[in-house]
Amino acid sequence: MVKLSIEHLSKRYWFEREDREVLAVSDVSLAVADGEFLAIVGPSGCGKTTLLNIVAGLLPYEEGTVSIDDKQVRGPGVDRAVVFQQSSLLPWRTIAGNVRYGMELQRRFDEATMRERTEHFVKLVGLNGFERHYPNELSGGMQQRVNLARALAADPKVLLMDEPFAALDAQTREFMQAELLKIWSQARKTVLFITHQINEAVYLADRVAVMSARPGRLKEVFKIPFGRPRTLALKRDPRFLEIEDAIWQLIEEESQRLNMVLAEK
Amino acid sequence: MKRKEPSGRPHQSFYTKHEAVILGSLSVVLMIGVWQACWSAGLISPLFFSSPSAIIKQFRYTLMEGTLLADMKYSGTNFAIGFGLAAITGVVAGVLIGWYRRLRLFFDPFLSALYATPRVAMVPLIIIWFGIGIWSKVFIVFLSAFFPILINTVGGVRALDRDLLRAAKAYCASDWQIFTTLAIPGSVPFILTGIRQGVALGLIGVVVGEMVGSSQGVGFMVAYGGQTFNTDTLFVGMIVIAFSGILLTWIAERLERRFSRWRPER
Ligand SMILES: Nc1ncnc2c1ncn2[C@@H]1O[C@H](COP(=O)(O)OP(=O)(O)OP(=O)(O)O)[C@@H](O)[C@H]1O
Ligand SMILES: [Mg+2]
Repeated sequence: MVKLSIEHLSKRYWFEREDREVLAVSDVSLAVADGEFLAIVGPSGCGKTTLLNIVAGLLPYEEGTVSIDDKQVRGPGVDRAVVFQQSSLLPWRTIAGNVRYGMELQRRFDEATMRERTEHFVKLVGLNGFERHYPNELSGGMQQRVNLARALAADPKVLLMDEPFAALDAQTREFMQAELLKIWSQARKTVLFITHQINEAVYLADRVAVMSARPGRLKEVFKIPFGRPRTLALKRDPRFLEIEDAIWQLIEEESQRLNMVLAEK
Repeated sequence: MKRKEPSGRPHQSFYTKHEAVILGSLSVVLMIGVWQACWSAGLISPLFFSSPSAIIKQFRYTLMEGTLLADMKYSGTNFAIGFGLAAITGVVAGVLIGWYRRLRLFFDPFLSALYATPRVAMVPLIIIWFGIGIWSKVFIVFLSAFFPILINTVGGVRALDRDLLRAAKAYCASDWQIFTTLAIPGSVPFILTGIRQGVALGLIGVVVGEMVGSSQGVGFMVAYGGQTFNTDTLFVGMIVIAFSGILLTWIAERLERRFSRWRPER
């Protein structure tokens, strides 16, 4: 069953300073099944964030359609939650206060349920004991876990993640990837996960969509054949490396093409 | 057996812990000692300067007589009413002006002009309006403290973090929710900075107001002491003013720090 469907989506920005249009996303069509984990990779500036913001309802779009459960997206909704690259936590709220923030805004749960869910999701991301701390007292990895807990606590159908681990060091990042898979195996949300690290995408996702350099087009979608649960050892598996390599080459071709275009100008 | 120190808090000797207080008090005591010694040696003319002993004597005298307390009460009342009004109206107006763009554009020329004018320039005019009673001083304090509080509050409400705003919107926040959960708490540290500046400027306001147009108050006491070459009285007034300033600023700074705890850059 298709949960999230994107059809012929294009997005243009009006580039004020140079008084011209920028085509950021060009004719992207993509369908994400219910409960599927889909990752999008692509070179920097190819329109990944733009795409995710449109799905989140934070950016208006004119060409194409984006729909969730066959309902067209026309703004933010309670069926989606976003984990941003910057943890964007409220510095004056405690961890518990931040986790319940999304629920508070959406007003879908009563007070008792909110308290219960806060406790549950703080525990799920492994931060019990830190409820009364403030975000600036936590490490970057812990902050991102709060961010994730806030999104999950709001009980979305679709979880949107924009390079959530990009600011973390390599070790914390691997740890967070494993944690995310563990949490996802329990919560089973539909996930749209953006990254520019290929091995992160292959490790996490059921399918990996590769975007081309600007204007962002959908280049190819790779099906990842590995079963679950996956362990970090998978990253050393020859078949894993093979897929990683194939995606890498595709992107490399892309950036060379881009360089040539730039050189011609 | 060695006592176990709580981890993360390194052991400090009594001196290192209280270094600031010890060195600070030492310099004050030394200064007063040298001053008194110079005075006793006859090196200072009583017409231009005073001495610690003479100041203490004058302080006790005015205290017994009751004039000092009366003056302090008078000035304190002027300050408290003026500052209280400034804090309330400054924060309320600042929040509204910061939140509603049109309101800000509407009031902007007026505010910039008043903000840029030193408020003491308005003192004579205010005394013409309100006379030399309490209300002219109250109004001067009000005007002095109002602007820093207003300007900082406006800045605080406007300094909405874009990432937080985007996150709130992603969770379907209404304008009212953005206002109450982001704009207001986010502006608290700014408001407290305004309060601290307002305290300092309000104090200047009350002293200047009383010096120029009053027959009571600590400001008047200083001005009168100067006009009659009574340097002892003048010094008592100055010290009272200095201590009120230190005390009030200290309280304001404590408040500011207490509520800005989450601010990483502090
Ligand atoms: N507000 C804007 N105005 C004009 N152009 C924009 C705007 N936002 C993005 N763009 C352009 O659109 C393109 C896509 O941007 P986007 O942020 O979606 O890329 P991205 O794939 O997320 O990149 P990265 O991997 O670096 O995060 C970029 O080339 C950028 O220059
Ligand atoms: Mg991006």
